[in-house]
Amino acid sequence: MRMPVAATLAHVVFEPGFFSSSPVRVALVVGAVAAAVSGVVGVFTVARGQSFAGHALSDIGTAGGSAAFLIGISPLYGFVVMNLMAAGVMELIGIRRPRGRDVATGIVLGAALGLAALFLYWDTTSTSTTGATVNVLFGSIFTLPASMVPVIVILSVLALGLTLALYRPLILSSLSPDLAAARGVPVRLVGVGFLVALALAVSLSAITIGAILSTALLIGPAATALRLTSRTGTALVAAAAIGIASTWLGILLAYDSYDWTASHRAWPVSFFVVALVFVGYLVVDLVVGRRASAPRRTGATATTGATGATATTGATRASGAA
Amino acid sequence: MTDEPEPQLHPAPEPAAAEPEAAAPVLSLDGVGVSLSGRQILQDVTFEFDAGEFIGLIGSNGAGKTTLLRVILGLIHPTTGTILVAGRPRSRRNPMIGYVPQKIGLDPDMPIRARDLVGLGLDGQRFGLPLPSATRRAEVDAMLEAVDATRFADQRVGNLSGGEQQRIMIAHALISRPRLLLLDEPLANLDIRSEQEVVELVARIATEQQVAVLISAHDMNPLLPVMDQVVYIAGGRVASGTTEEVVSTESLTRLYGHRVDVIHVNGRILVVAGRENEGLHHHHGPDDHPGRSR
Repeated sequence: MRMPVAATLAHVVFEPGFFSSSPVRVALVVGAVAAAVSGVVGVFTVARGQSFAGHALSDIGTAGGSAAFLIGISPLYGFVVMNLMAAGVMELIGIRRPRGRDVATGIVLGAALGLAALFLYWDTTSTSTTGATVNVLFGSIFTLPASMVPVIVILSVLALGLTLALYRPLILSSLSPDLAAARGVPVRLVGVGFLVALALAVSLSAITIGAILSTALLIGPAATALRLTSRTGTALVAAAAIGIASTWLGILLAYDSYDWTASHRAWPVSFFVVALVFVGYLVVDLVVGRRASAPRRTGATATTGATGATATTGATRASGAA
Repeated sequence: MTDEPEPQLHPAPEPAAAEPEAAAPVLSLDGVGVSLSGRQILQDVTFEFDAGEFIGLIGSNGAGKTTLLRVILGLIHPTTGTILVAGRPRSRRNPMIGYVPQKIGLDPDMPIRARDLVGLGLDGQRFGLPLPSATRRAEVDAMLEAVDATRFADQRVGNLSGGEQQRIMIAHALISRPRLLLLDEPLANLDIRSEQEVVELVARIATEQQVAVLISAHDMNPLLPVMDQVVYIAGGRVASGTTEEVVSTESLTRLYGHRVDVIHVNGRILVVAGRENEGLHHHHGPDDHPGRSR
């Protein structure tokens, strides 16, 4: 549906040079894979109630990203190393227990943010610019060198493969660790595997829209998808699609925004991506929220007639099945 | 993961008489004791029962019901004693045991339909993505039908009522055709009507599929009409036998080590602390509970 619209409005929508620009092409590829991974991992993160751990990892990654900047390598490596370490420490000090989980996350988060404060201070004083801080915290998708693309794609495939391999045991152990263990699922190993996938997803998202904002790409599309469907598989695909659409549209708007003001200063990509994710959630929540209340009422008091198409369909199917 | 049971569309045929475990009790515990962090949780637990029997595991909160179920499941290793499932030492991942845990994280956020959860009962422990299969689907449909859950099969599990969720969890546990079904407090937080429905459902399926049921509860009254045996647990020790044998003033006083009175009112049984009590067991049947005769 996007394609014919894009074709007719190409000249208006896509500013000159959009597709020929190398940074834009890199951004489109990196944005897509990072959003896909974040969406898929995000569905399980939200369903398992680990949104806080996900957000903590993204904040913790700041320390790694700023340290990498300090020694002159891509912040991505810093994010990955730091997030994997943090995930390991969280697991060790008790992220498995629902109670211990928040405490463990909080302790690691506090320590890492302290380090981030130090590294960012050094980054800023050594280069006497605020570039490092902005790049690490708010993303650097247009400044990514093309040479980083293969690394990013490999990490994405790893994270995605891990999550999909763990698919069923992960659902079971999210429902009940005892139930999963009784069926022979190595619950702890599955939990660790998922944390690794989460750490990778957050790192990829951090390089795209920034460490601070990566939660948005992790939680937003997933939460939207969960409002749309009850099927696990469909939710994964929907979350990835919503993430990719928001990221691509965000990149396009950021590119176009160069000409929006007389001063010719492009607005940051991260702002657009996060705004689109947020608006998408609100719209879906409003639309589905109204629709979802209808079947529940029919369940309680048969068909009231006025509750609309969904309610009637639900009732018909129910009587047909019985 | 190599010992996957073959998915079967129809109830498993009766095991041939030649198999040694066919004659053995479905579950037997002998002198089982459990200590956790130096604390004795269970001691000298001995009982056994056969296929198709319905057993109530009765005791107040904290008496050790869940621990006992976890021991039978192989999630906790007993400090002493032996446990045999169908005549064999039980192992983790025992396809002979179906389990419905007490606390299930059926959050409304979890994007999973009732039928998907039932399907996970077949292959939830496997890695990789599930492949669609007509056999699998037919099997799930049959199981949903058996627990009267077809009506809400395509709804999100987290949005179902407590009684409906129990049906789905029971279907999940039964679809792999176990010989023993363990249910941990399935009646907790259910209204009286759902309570009755779940009890009747489990009793019916136990008979139909010749599966032994061990169901834990803090109130035995809803189970009285269907219970073949009772395993009463107090202070980590058990007394087992028929309701008449176990739930008597003498027997329970011995078990508790304190004076306990067993009172029969309108077919219901109340167990109340006797005089010289130390605030132990205290049970009241709900006032609007339908009367039952035995």
